Amino acid sequence: MDVLSQLQRQLADFLAPLYREGFVDDQFTQLQKLQDESSPDFVMEVVSLFFEDCEKLVNNMAKALEQQIVDFKQVDSHVHQLKGSSSSIGAARIKNVCIAFKTFCEAQNREGCLRCLQQVNHEYTQLKANLQTLFTLERQIVAAGGSVPAMQ
Amino acid sequence: MESCNCIEPQWPAEELLMKYQYISDFFIALAYFSIPLELIYFVKKSAVFPYRWVLVQFGAFIVLCGATHLISLWTFSMHSRTVAVVMTISKVLTAVVSCATALMLVHIIPDLLSVKTRELFLKNKAAELDREMGLIRTQEETGRHVRMLTHEIRSTLDRHTILKTTLVELGRTLVLEECALWMPTRTGLELQLSYTLRQQNPVGYTVPIQLPVINQVFSSNRAMKISPNSPVARIRPFAGKYMPGEVVAVRVPLLHLSNFQINDWPELSTRRYALMVLMLPSDSARQWHVHELELVEVVADQVAVALSHAAILEESMRARDLLMDQNVALDHARREAETAIRARNDFLAVMNHEMRTPMHAIIALSSLLQETELTPEQRLMVETILKSSNLLATLINDVLDLSRLEDGSLQLDLGTFNLHALFREVLNLIKPIASVKKLHVTLNLAPDLPECAVGDEKRLMQTILNVVGNALKFSKEGSISITAFVAKSESLRDSRAPDFFPVPSDDHFYLRVQVKDAGQGVNPQEIPKLFTKFAQTQTLATRNSSGSGLGLAICKRFVNLMEGHIWIESEGLGKGCTVIFIVKLCIPERSNESKSPFLPKANHGQAGFPGLKVLVLDYNGVSRMVTKGLLVHLGCDVATVSSIDECLHVVSQEHKVLFMDVCMPDGFEATVRLHEKFTKHHERPLIVALTGNTDKVTKENCMRVGMDGVILKPVSVDKMRSVLSDLLEHRVLFGAM
Repeated sequence: MDVLSQLQRQLADFLAPLYREGFVDDQFTQLQKLQDESSPDFVMEVVSLFFEDCEKLVNNMAKALEQQIVDFKQVDSHVHQLKGSSSSIGAARIKNVCIAFKTFCEAQNREGCLRCLQQVNHEYTQLKANLQTLFTLERQIVAAGGSVPAMQ
Repeated sequence: MESCNCIEPQWPAEELLMKYQYISDFFIALAYFSIPLELIYFVKKSAVFPYRWVLVQFGAFIVLCGATHLISLWTFSMHSRTVAVVMTISKVLTAVVSCATALMLVHIIPDLLSVKTRELFLKNKAAELDREMGLIRTQEETGRHVRMLTHEIRSTLDRHTILKTTLVELGRTLVLEECALWMPTRTGLELQLSYTLRQQNPVGYTVPIQLPVINQVFSSNRAMKISPNSPVARIRPFAGKYMPGEVVAVRVPLLHLSNFQINDWPELSTRRYALMVLMLPSDSARQWHVHELELVEVVADQVAVALSHAAILEESMRARDLLMDQNVALDHARREAETAIRARNDFLAVMNHEMRTPMHAIIALSSLLQETELTPEQRLMVETILKSSNLLATLINDVLDLSRLEDGSLQLDLGTFNLHALFREVLNLIKPIASVKKLHVTLNLAPDLPECAVGDEKRLMQTILNVVGNALKFSKEGSISITAFVAKSESLRDSRAPDFFPVPSDDHFYLRVQVKDAGQGVNPQEIPKLFTKFAQTQTLATRNSSGSGLGLAICKRFVNLMEGHIWIESEGLGKGCTVIFIVKLCIPERSNESKSPFLPKANHGQAGFPGLKVLVLDYNGVSRMVTKGLLVHLGCDVATVSSIDECLHVVSQEHKVLFMDVCMPDGFEATVRLHEKFTKHHERPLIVALTGNTDKVTKENCMRVGMDGVILKPVSVDKMRSVLSDLLEHRVLFGAM
């Protein structure tokens, strides 16, 4: 019982700053609500899919921006996809970077786009690390016999 | 000697005298013969000469005279008898004709003379007409000047322009040296030089208004000549050599707005006047003519009218500005009042919650405390706490309710309820208190009272409880009877409520409740005060009773909200009192009852949509998965597609809803093709777009292209649940933006 409550408190302590610092937002909470007995790994599946998607998009964008003549329309459509995905799972920070990224694309500012791309990469790496820690904690709780509470 | 018939001349022939006579006779004859010739010549020339035959006569007379003189030439020397005979004949004829002529001339000469006088008369007349025409011409010119001046003056509504124009035009028309206007000062005791023609900025000369010359000018409406030395005329330094020009002054009435009554002409006595002074050029020896004076008078009148118009206009502009300012101020005040009301409402809303929460805590805990083991003293204390806090809670509720009632912001919670049950519950609530006080309570419900009614159950209960509670409070003994029945039209109208006009109809009825007690009664004079809030009757007996005095006021408000009326009848102190109220309640429809419990259930429960076949179309993999998870969580049977073509391939009649998360215009294309695929309306799945775009244009476009709903992303579980239930019930959803 003690280990479980300790783990749960650890989880809560870990999650709270994630929300506070804007790594995830309300949508992430909604996602967690969707997880139940019929789909116990729902959140993890969605998040993994998101990370795959994100990596692919970032690579495509990097390639597009390295060209001599940059096809900003294509970059814009990639950014749009990324924005949609990130808002679907509640990755607030990434979504905000995407918004700025879009502006640079419309202004056809290569420097700005490259900077945003770097930022996206940075945020993505951070979020991936955070969420992986989260999942590890959750797995430990489940293993200890508890259930993952929906936060906030 | 032969006898000759010669006649000797009478006198001896003296040589010289004879010669002169001979010559004179000759010339006379000549003249006498030439005169008729001249006459004939000139008469022939003139067209009109009425007396031709007179001329003939006169001609004959002269010719004969000439002949006589001619023949007498022969008589100077020896002449024959023939000559003498001829001479005699001619003399006789001459005598006849000349007598005739003389007689005729007697008639003719007066006529001829009168022609002359007539001619003189006509000449005089012509001269007079000439003079008059000259006058008329000058008058007409004056009139023209006046019209022009008037036009100039009246073409503007600005006071200064009017006065300036007047002076300028007058100066021009009459060729004046100087023209000045003296206006009365505010005090009315002085005249101040306000406008001049030549001087640019008249320095403020003032003269007292009581000068004799000014009084003289003001006393009549004619233009008067005044002395050039009077103070009003000495405006500029005298520049001429000999004589200053003549000066004329005229009054200009200043009509004030207040001089005009609606159906009256302005009072003459209260007028103020300005003085207009006109100076002819010096050294010009010009004089003021009558027509010029008349012109000045007319102009002065016109100026007065123009000024009064200008004054009226100024007043109305001022009034309008004032009104606008007042409007602004009123608007401001209204906004402030609204802000204050809003602030109060906010305050009430907060306090409503903040005040009630601790109260409930206190009441709940005190009643819990009552249940535990207590010493008698403790019990007494706890009971007092409970009683006081109950009172306080009631008071808070009453105050808050009353504020909301007064605002008009309170609305009845209409619902169907059981009327009989309500009365029974009231009875149950008061039975304990009644039995403690040993009062007997009876309830009489009329047999035609409907079982169910539509109205505000809670507030009706509150009203009945309040009334019955009052009956209990103010009775020490006896019985209390509660009667309730349906009011018929005769009993609806009460003399005490002259402005209460109930109109019964098919779908509502009027409930009449009478609560009669045998208690203290009320002084009939104090009955009106009972319904005013916070007013307490001052009788000795009632001072012991508790109560804030709000109860009846609140009841009255509730009853009024229910379109009814409440009043008290009492015969006096100690004779008990009856409280009667009538409220309007609606008759419930049968179908309503079956529907009402259905709606709330639809929103409950996770498995509200078991097996609902849904299709999700989304290009974005992550987003697609999230939406699918959401719908699966709600129990739907979800299929996903990632392109429009795939969607059209997979979609079938079994799918009830299609969630589309695509950017427009792809969404539009998809919708159109779906409409084409499913021609029958009920076979087509409901199309709902999920979008992050919140504006009206998007919504309108979606509606236009044929979608059944638009939802704003991100969608929460609860939102999706309510969306699905709305969608399935109404088959359209356009409120979720």
